[in-house]
Amino acid sequence: MKRHALSTRFWHWLNLVCLVVLFMSGLTISNAHRRLYWGDWGFAPEQAWLIVPRFPDWMTIPGYYSLAVARDWHILMAWPFALLLLFMWIAMLVNRHFKRDLMTSPSEWKPAAIWHDVVQHLKLNFDHEGGKFNFLQKLAYGLVLGVFLPMMIFTGIAISPGMEPTFGWLVDLLGGRQSARSLHFIFAFALFGFFVVHVVLVILAGPIGQIRDMITGGKSDEA
Amino acid sequence: MKRRGFLAVTAAAFVAGCNKIADSDAGSKLLGAAERWHKGAHRLLTNREALAPEYPRSAISPFFRGNGSTDPQNGDYQAQAAENFANWRLEVRGLVENPMKLSLENIRRLPQRKQVTRHDCVEGWSAIGEWTGPQLSLILDVAKLKPEAQFIVFRCADNLNGQDYYESVDLIDAYHPQTIIAHKLNGEPLPIRNGAPLRMRIERQLGYKHAKYLTAIEAVASLDDIGEGQGGYWEDRSGYQWYAGI
Repeated sequence: MKRHALSTRFWHWLNLVCLVVLFMSGLTISNAHRRLYWGDWGFAPEQAWLIVPRFPDWMTIPGYYSLAVARDWHILMAWPFALLLLFMWIAMLVNRHFKRDLMTSPSEWKPAAIWHDVVQHLKLNFDHEGGKFNFLQKLAYGLVLGVFLPMMIFTGIAISPGMEPTFGWLVDLLGGRQSARSLHFIFAFALFGFFVVHVVLVILAGPIGQIRDMITGGKSDEA
Repeated sequence: MKRRGFLAVTAAAFVAGCNKIADSDAGSKLLGAAERWHKGAHRLLTNREALAPEYPRSAISPFFRGNGSTDPQNGDYQAQAAENFANWRLEVRGLVENPMKLSLENIRRLPQRKQVTRHDCVEGWSAIGEWTGPQLSLILDVAKLKPEAQFIVFRCADNLNGQDYYESVDLIDAYHPQTIIAHKLNGEPLPIRNGAPLRMRIERQLGYKHAKYLTAIEAVASLDDIGEGQGGYWEDRSGYQWYAGI
């Protein structure tokens, strides 16, 4: 048995491309109006809860300020991103990757067990007995797949005026359009935070083997 | 510093690749197609008459920001403003059986719709205001569209950066119940900043579709020969999406 299923590897790399394009074009869109608000409306500094710094052009798509081109990319990549996430969830449920590797048991939520995991992580000891992932990994991957990524889609839908006549309940649930826009930004940066930690841990755990296995599938420890 | 240099170089290579795709024939077609898929999905999921949310008057923002032209200096706009737009005419023309010229008085006498709606700018901000005016569908029914009419073009008095502002929608948005020709904002005649004396409200799309300083409504079969053929000022000038419901 492979360490990573084909569906996981397929999704992982395509999703990475989608997220990079969406994030970098999103930075241009952020530059178009660098203030975030709560509630239904907001347009002036006195209503803002955050003045976002201007992101330098080299971090953005298309590499210079063009809201139209950035929106083109954002609008295009939203499609594969959303459809691939749906695919990954179905694959994960069907091949039991979710139940076997990601679902936590109540015993894992005990403070002592969590503390033990944190200490082992800080000691950079990545060997974990039993299951494929330890608690912190399950928590991180669960949050990303179950909350951060889906919330990008839901908040994105809520910002679209053409969707609102049908999805008004979603906009209300998120606290209004400007709240949805703020949440879109917050979850984008939560994903960016995950990305940084993920890459750092892969480097610490031996990047060549890790990346190779995510491409070829590698061999399961149990096999 | 070295690591940052590496990041910047990687980003630059990636962006260059993206731009190469966007500039290619197939790439630009794909980007245009994605916009149409969104429009298709929106239309599939949303009833053509489904309304954008309307708010209580208490939700109105203390100020209604204006973008783009906020005080047109071209043509006789300033002279018309000085006489309170007494001689302003809204022309209804193009592929219609009954071309018309309407005065503000004509427009105020039509059945009115009042709606407190949220205006979303493509840049990201939103403001809420109460708009009053007749439904566009009413005027189109009286003018009687010819069967070949597919789009409604909105002509504007303002000239921005050397080009006349205009916008367009298809018949679904033109006949939408909340698509009105607004002459009042929050119960007062429209301020110049917000498009006096007349502006469109296209409530299910972003702000740049809501043409201000409206001088004519024109029914056409195709947008190809209007402006540079992309269906609107910002669409022609900067490549903004014609369907602005996203």
